[in-house]
Amino acid sequence: MNRVAAAPPRASLAGRTVAAVAAVGRMDGLMLVAVAALGVIGTMLVWSSTRTWAAGSTGLVKKHILNLVIGAVLAGTAAMLDHRTLRTFAPLVYGVTLIGLLLVITPLGSTVNGAHSWIMLGGGFAFQPSEFAKLGLVLMLAMLLAQPARGTDRPRSFDVVIALVVAVFTMGLVMLQPDLGTTMVIGVITAGAIVVAGARKRWIGGLTLGVVGAGVAVWFLDILEPYQIARFTAFLNPASDPRGVGYNSTQSLIAIGSGEVFGKGLFGGGQTTGRFVPEQHTDFIFTVAGEEFGFLGSVTVVALLGVILLRGVRIARECEDRFGTLAAGSIVCWLAFQSFVNIGMTVGIMPITGLPLPFVSYGGTATFANMIAFGILQAIHMRRQSF
Amino acid sequence: MGLMRGRLVMVQLLVVSMLALLTVRLWQVQVVRGPEYVVAATETRTRDVVVPAVRGQILDSTGRPLVRNRTTLVVSVDRTRLNRMEGNGKEVLEKLAAVLGRRPAELRERIRACGPGVARPCWPGSPYQPIPIDADVTTREALQILERQEEFPGVTAEVQAVREYPSRSAGAQALGYLQPITQEELNRRDGLRAAFSGVDLVGRDGLESVYDVSLRGTPGMRRVQVDRLGKVIGVEQHVPPVPGDTLITSIDSRVQATAEKALAEAMKGAPTADGAAAVVLDVKTSRVIALASAPTYDPAIWTGGISEVQYQRLLSGKAGKPLVSRAIKGEFAPGSTFKVSSVAAMLKDGYPLHGQYDCPGSFMVGDRPFNNFRGIGLGTLTLHMALVKSCDTIFYRAAYEQWLRDGGLNPKGRTKEPMAAMARAYGFGRPTGIDLPGESAGRIPDRAWKKTLWSVTKDTNCKRARTGYPEVARSSPSRAAFLKRLAYENCLEGYQWRPGDAANFSIGQGDVLVTPLQLAAAYAALVGDGRLRSPRLGWALVRPDGTKVKEIEVPVVGRLPLSSRERAYIKGALSEVASDGTAAGAFVGFPMNKVKVGGKTGTAEVYGKADTSWFASFAPTDKPQFVIVAMVSQGGMGAQTAAPAVRKIYEGIFGFKPDGKQVSPILPGGRPVRALPVIAKDGTVAR
Repeated sequence: MNRVAAAPPRASLAGRTVAAVAAVGRMDGLMLVAVAALGVIGTMLVWSSTRTWAAGSTGLVKKHILNLVIGAVLAGTAAMLDHRTLRTFAPLVYGVTLIGLLLVITPLGSTVNGAHSWIMLGGGFAFQPSEFAKLGLVLMLAMLLAQPARGTDRPRSFDVVIALVVAVFTMGLVMLQPDLGTTMVIGVITAGAIVVAGARKRWIGGLTLGVVGAGVAVWFLDILEPYQIARFTAFLNPASDPRGVGYNSTQSLIAIGSGEVFGKGLFGGGQTTGRFVPEQHTDFIFTVAGEEFGFLGSVTVVALLGVILLRGVRIARECEDRFGTLAAGSIVCWLAFQSFVNIGMTVGIMPITGLPLPFVSYGGTATFANMIAFGILQAIHMRRQSF
Repeated sequence: MGLMRGRLVMVQLLVVSMLALLTVRLWQVQVVRGPEYVVAATETRTRDVVVPAVRGQILDSTGRPLVRNRTTLVVSVDRTRLNRMEGNGKEVLEKLAAVLGRRPAELRERIRACGPGVARPCWPGSPYQPIPIDADVTTREALQILERQEEFPGVTAEVQAVREYPSRSAGAQALGYLQPITQEELNRRDGLRAAFSGVDLVGRDGLESVYDVSLRGTPGMRRVQVDRLGKVIGVEQHVPPVPGDTLITSIDSRVQATAEKALAEAMKGAPTADGAAAVVLDVKTSRVIALASAPTYDPAIWTGGISEVQYQRLLSGKAGKPLVSRAIKGEFAPGSTFKVSSVAAMLKDGYPLHGQYDCPGSFMVGDRPFNNFRGIGLGTLTLHMALVKSCDTIFYRAAYEQWLRDGGLNPKGRTKEPMAAMARAYGFGRPTGIDLPGESAGRIPDRAWKKTLWSVTKDTNCKRARTGYPEVARSSPSRAAFLKRLAYENCLEGYQWRPGDAANFSIGQGDVLVTPLQLAAAYAALVGDGRLRSPRLGWALVRPDGTKVKEIEVPVVGRLPLSSRERAYIKGALSEVASDGTAAGAFVGFPMNKVKVGGKTGTAEVYGKADTSWFASFAPTDKPQFVIVAMVSQGGMGAQTAAPAVRKIYEGIFGFKPDGKQVSPILPGGRPVRALPVIAKDGTVAR
């Protein structure tokens, strides 16, 4: 790090500290505040949604706070690294996440809530490799697409093909679990990286056609199980089967809608207390915000996410090297898509997929991955003027 | 890098529009449609549970409970929820049946809706109410259900109050019973539309029905918060129920029990008897001290749902229709007990009070002889002796003479019909208005009634007069011939009030019908102050803490058109019936020197059946406190069956053994209880 920041020539302990403080001073403060605020709000929501589980069950909140603390340390570590170092290690990081995904398929993997995406670590700790796969892929794609074709701003076609192969391979592993939500996130990360990298419009057009074609094929070849289709389309008309596939949609709309403008207050949400919305501390945590904090609260959450995303775009634009821009750009696409799909499904405008809300939902691996992504954004930001 | 920045602007635009889209959608869901979702949330999150008010007790005149409440654990099933499940909740019912140790089919039967073609057990109440399927489960069974609510969705077990009858069958028909409310009844109730409670009951008969509103109280409401499994996690609102009022009746449970025992023994003593009734009235107030009907039943059978077998038994003629109170619904010819009306009619019509009347063995009414009992002539009698010895011919003559004065078969202008007019003045021919449902009016036939009857029946009669009764002729040609002649007569001149009709009327025969209660009320008016009252069982309504809500008045509904001298004369004559007259045999050994009993026996002939046995009485004769009427259908002679039953009731009230020895009386001092029992703040009764 001392290499990057305007550091004194002698790397004394004092010097390093000064450098670190100086680096912190160069951080994107607004984004930091937004992430911290979401962390605090998320903690309250997790508390509210889990406090009635059993007598004196504060276990999950404590675990959530621990996750946030670990996440903060990881974010700090990532922020301290030079992102160009990350570029060097990108294949290694990606390789490690791939091993994780492969382990899930082996007998080491476990199934939770229908998705075979977990590795149990014992002692009540579990690990979800697909969350880190997003991160690994972000770095891998940024690395692959960082080198422009000679004399242009565009990536080489060969690199695009390699990037697509890597992405499809990753997607394929995630689909085996199966985890539809993460598969889509990986697709969006890939699309984001290719678009931001400046690939030719025919590439983008061709890929779009390919995705649409694949979708149509899947639809007409009956590859999906009927229940998957039903779940996917239930959000369009939740009332058609309010106790079956439409239950989540209906109940989450009721919870959010009944919050009205000002909400029912923390712990005051009857729908939350009655646990009418399933998975309300993870995927459906936004319903708790909607019910207990009302329109003002839920818009605040949206605004805080907006701050992170828009600052992320700014970081990408201000970065002077392609790797940093690409990494920041795909991280923004990742977080934006995941936030949109997550909140969108709770308010009935997106299908229900098992994606957590970044920085808010309970869940260790996701928190860690998000925090590292946040750290990488900060790392890129802090070194923006070093060329 | 310029190209990449341009592409990032696209990303930025996407992010901004995404944020905008979410904000707009949130505005739509939370602000625009917020109130709509608040309602939906309340519906999913809360359940309104009606807290039934504890139903008021029914006490006797000394504060002893006739009907009280006992708490039990009741298991109920919410059929609406079951029907929403797969297989209509078959699985849940099977599990429940296993816990309760019953057959699943039995549970299914109990929760189906009653209707045409559905035999009991079935549910007569609202389909939206939880249906009680077991009213007496053990704590262990209840816990098995409550602790595993997720396995028993739609099934609850809760503590409820059910009716208990400490004196078993005493006054069963008068007390009535409770049944689950029907949807129509629930809809009719004001302000109770939310009252789909666990066991919403309504009084179906007797006092439970008449005083239902007061006894019921006002149910409370608890809006509970439930989670998605239906488990209660909190109370949002609580409106406590207001318990029902306690009904204090004038019934004395021990006199009631004595009366029922006396009736049961009377029925046992008369082999053909198929029913009996007894009424004990307080002469001064016309409050009912006992109202018994036999055969009777234990009303506890209604608690917790009645089975088809039990229900059919209650309704069947073979069991003697124990649900029917013969005291107020039974209509029987009164026989000679009716002569108190006929003799009064004679006096009113100008027959001298102290005259001498000839009592031949037979009297020609028109062209037909009407005989005394057993055709024995009794010589010349005063009206006093005519009553004591129960002479019939004196009344035949008077009735015939009155009939002739009214114009005989061809009446001119307005007729006097003194006997019918007097009978109505005694209260016969219309319900007494007692505070019980379904009372019969009895029947006082007269010329107008005959005409109405004829116009209704003449078509059938005239047809029968032509065709005869071939279906009867096969088994009994003589009976068919008689019926054909009767049909012919009725067709031709059925509108006529014939002399025989008048004669029969005078001795309480023919078409005259009265209920035991009517007769008791009439006798109470005669031996009391001459005022006819509408008897009452209910005495007062009090709050459970003893505060009086209201005292139930006994209304005066008429006045006998007799002077006190005339009433005293008739009373005097009746006073000798039990000591020297027709009932003397039944009162052998009764200490008349201590308590003199007066009264009139009646033996009414019923075509095709054994005689109806009557005894209408009062005691003590010098200052009457009680009127007791007993009737045994197909019981034979009044002196033989009804009078001994009445004697047993007096023995109980005044404390005499059959041999006349004094024991402790049921009613101290031989007087009805005239002061309401005092109920303390805690609901206990100070005696």
